[in-house]
Amino acid sequence: MTAPLRSDLRHIADWITPASSVLDLGCGDGSLLAWLAANKQCRGYGVEIDVDSVTACVARGVDVIQSDMEAGLSTFEDNAFDFVVLSLTIQAMHNVEGILQEMLRVGRTGIVTFPNFGYWENRWQLLLGRMPVSETIPYEWYNTPNIHLCTVYDFERLLKKLGMWPTGQVVLHLGEKVDFLPNLLGSLALVRFERA
Amino acid sequence: MPEPRSVGLVSAQKAVFETPITLTSGVTLPRYELVYETYGTLNADHSNAILICHALSGHHHVAGRYSEDDKNAGWWDNMIGPGKPIDTERFFVIGVNNLGGCHGSTGPSSIDPATGKPYGSTFPLVLVRDWVETQARLADQLGIRQFAAIVGGSLGGMQALRWTITHPDRVRHALVIAAAPKLTAQNIAFNDVARQAILTDPDFHGGDYYQHDTVPRRGLRLARMLGHITYLSDDGMGEKFGRMLRSGEYKYGFDVEFEIESYLRYQGDKFSDYFDANTYLLMTKALDYFDPARHYGGDLVKALAEVQARFLVVSFNSDWRFSPARSREIVKALLDARKHVSYAEIDSKHGHDAFLMEDPPYHAIMRAYLDNIAQEIAA
Repeated sequence: MTAPLRSDLRHIADWITPASSVLDLGCGDGSLLAWLAANKQCRGYGVEIDVDSVTACVARGVDVIQSDMEAGLSTFEDNAFDFVVLSLTIQAMHNVEGILQEMLRVGRTGIVTFPNFGYWENRWQLLLGRMPVSETIPYEWYNTPNIHLCTVYDFERLLKKLGMWPTGQVVLHLGEKVDFLPNLLGSLALVRFERA
Repeated sequence: MPEPRSVGLVSAQKAVFETPITLTSGVTLPRYELVYETYGTLNADHSNAILICHALSGHHHVAGRYSEDDKNAGWWDNMIGPGKPIDTERFFVIGVNNLGGCHGSTGPSSIDPATGKPYGSTFPLVLVRDWVETQARLADQLGIRQFAAIVGGSLGGMQALRWTITHPDRVRHALVIAAAPKLTAQNIAFNDVARQAILTDPDFHGGDYYQHDTVPRRGLRLARMLGHITYLSDDGMGEKFGRMLRSGEYKYGFDVEFEIESYLRYQGDKFSDYFDANTYLLMTKALDYFDPARHYGGDLVKALAEVQARFLVVSFNSDWRFSPARSREIVKALLDARKHVSYAEIDSKHGHDAFLMEDPPYHAIMRAYLDNIAQEIAA
């Protein structure tokens, strides 16, 4: 038995085929991997830099490797995984292009989630002359760990530049799927991609 | 007044093995003895046993005390006991003194029944795989077919790793802490300087110092001082001793002046009072020879192919004797072999010695991992 998943993780889980191998980068307490193991017979590893999160994973019986992703994924061989997940982490990473390339080196399909900077509330706050603070970007400009914010469109353009292709996209707001004007009305983006 | 969360008073037991063992070196020992201690209770289906493998200077006295006024508890007492990470209310824990040791198991200082004199220079070199074999025979005697876990730090971690390769079906979990898949040239170099200190001590007498009623004290002391430097981190040592002087001023001589000198000499003296020099030589050689990938063309991934155990690998960021990079080699090989492994790199200033310390994040992860094992075997 595993607890129900957070809605963004549930959408990620929907994309992952049963019995596949999964690498979850920045896996937090390991809830996605635990859920996938229990419900979809997936196996895989989490990667985390924070020791308390590593302990939380171990407590759930999730295999986890403590490592700094900024240094790359050299611990993992080419094509070792079916899916490589990076959820709500890319916006805080220094080498965004590097990690995307690493994801598709070690895995076949990448899944990235990030706060959509194009969400209307963010745009509105900028229009009012302030750096946006919202549900998915809950920091002030002076204490934010987020150094590489982007919009849904921006991310797609980067994938193309890197020779990658989006094979799925879901934009959420407050856990609900946004189909109409997603880049304006959705605050959280999920993108699935592969080599073009 | 019993200490809370202690296994309390313990005593050692002795297992006698009359079946000869042929060691990796080719030498056969017709019989041998191993001393060991156990804590906790073996459950009905014998599934809750944990073997603790000791490091270079360790032994079977892992937890508890020998008497009410015993000043020192076992060497891993902070990890093992009721309610501790290795919980003796759930697990049956075994500490064993390895073959070749000097704490009661057959070793160089034991009497050779063939001559009536201590083995000394005639005691064979023993490799990690030989220890695993003798430990497996002890497990057989105790009725343990499969260990819930085998746990060890440093050279002890290497034994745990070796177990999973030699006896894949007899280990459910291996906890490999502050270890390495094999020694580097630098590691071997340090070991050889330590050995040279002993071998060139005039009191060594080619290893047969027992007959001369002496021990190569100076050599053993130097070996321990050298070893101790490699167990601590530069930062840890700096924080503890810095450039502190015992008398507050320079004396312009070679007596003890800096606190670090005093500390190392004290450690060296203490060690040379109780540890056997031949055992020290033997243990350092076991370290040097350890290389489970050697018979697999140097490929650790191949060596691990048949492994069934799940692993927890732990390293400490200030450990330069077996640095995190060395643990990551083990982790990478396990990942490439598609085995179950978790890896933690603990922030600690205690260097290699950190595996014996009570750093909260370290104990937290050990506890989390062992809790799962306990649930798995329903102990």
